[in-house]
Amino acid sequence: MTRAQILMTLGVLSLATALTRVLPFLLFPGSKKPPEFVQYLGKVLPFPVIGMLVVYCFRNVSFSSYPFGIPELAGLLYVVLVHRWKHNLLLSIVGGAAFYVLLSRVL
Amino acid sequence: MMTDRTQNGTKFKALKAAFPFTLPVLIGYIVLGIAFGVILSGRGFEWWIAPLMALFIYAGSLQFVVIDLLAAAFNPLNAFVMALTVNVRHLFYGISMLGKFRDMGKEKPYMVLTLTDETYSLLCSVIPPEGVDRNWFYLSISALNQCYWVLGCTLGAIGGSFLNYDTSGFDFVMTALFIVILVEQWEQTRFHLPVLLGISVSLLSLLLFGSQNFILPAMAGILAAMALFRGRIESGFQS
Repeated sequence: MTRAQILMTLGVLSLATALTRVLPFLLFPGSKKPPEFVQYLGKVLPFPVIGMLVVYCFRNVSFSSYPFGIPELAGLLYVVLVHRWKHNLLLSIVGGAAFYVLLSRVL
Repeated sequence: MMTDRTQNGTKFKALKAAFPFTLPVLIGYIVLGIAFGVILSGRGFEWWIAPLMALFIYAGSLQFVVIDLLAAAFNPLNAFVMALTVNVRHLFYGISMLGKFRDMGKEKPYMVLTLTDETYSLLCSVIPPEGVDRNWFYLSISALNQCYWVLGCTLGAIGGSFLNYDTSGFDFVMTALFIVILVEQWEQTRFHLPVLLGISVSLLSLLLFGSQNFILPAMAGILAAMALFRGRIESGFQS
C-alpha cells in the first residue's frame, strides 16, 4: 500500500471502531429516556459482560495439547484466591501476571 | 482568576484520585503497546503509524489483527467489516454506560470514543471517592488509559528494534484485571445469576463456534438470557 492508502485504511478502521462505540448513544440519545428493556440491560450487562471478557481472554487456550491450559487455569486460580484473600490490586494483577509468565515459560 | 484556580484544583484532585485505579492498565497498556509497536515497525511500517492508530483507532485487539491487513493489498471495505466484527462487543459497553454518561457535558464524546475493554471495566467498577468531581474522575480514568496506550505504542515503534523484548504472557495483566473486577462484582452482591449466565453462554458459544467467531453469538445469547430471566434477575437485584 502507498502512504495515502495506509492513511485511508486507518481512517476506515477508526470510523468503524468509532461507530461500534457511538451507536448506542446515537440510538438512545440523552435527551429522551431509553426503552425500559434497554435501561434494564444497562443495569445488568456489566455482570455478564465481564464474564464474557474473561472467557474472551482465554479463547485461544488449548486444553487438548501440552501444557493443557495449566498455566492459564493456575493463573486464574491465583488471581481469584489472592484477590479474595488480600484485596490488593498489585498483588493480584501484577503478581498474577508474574506467576502466569513464570509458569508458562517453565512448563 | 480565582475560579480558574479552583477549577484546576478540582481537575488535579480528580486526576490524583483516578491514577491509582489505572495502575493495572498502566502496566498492561505499556507492555502491550510496546509489543504492538515492535511488531508494527518490525513489519517495516513507519513509526508514526503506531501513535496514529493508538490515538484514532484505540482498540488493542483490532490493532494487532490489522497489521496483516495493512501489509496486504488496499481493501477498505474489508478493513471496515473487520473493524466492525472485532469490535461489536463495544455495543454492550455503550448500552451499559448510557446512564453513567447521561449527565456529562462536553467530555461525553471523548468518553464514548475511548471505551476500551479496560476503560469500560474500570468505569463499571470504580466509585469516585468522596469530595472528588465525578465527571472529572471518570474523564481522568479514560484519558490516563489512552495516554498509556499511546505512550506504549510509540515507544515500541521507535525503540522496539533496539530492545530484545519477549512479551509473551505479559498480556495476562489484562486477564488478571478482568478477573479481579469479576471477583469484586461477585463480592458486591449475593445474586450471581447474571455473571454466571454470561460465563456459561460465552463458554458454550466458544465451544460451538470457535475462538474466531464466538463473540457475536455470545452477545446474542447473553441478550436472550437476560431477557429470558428478566423477572428473576430484577427481583434478585432488589433482595
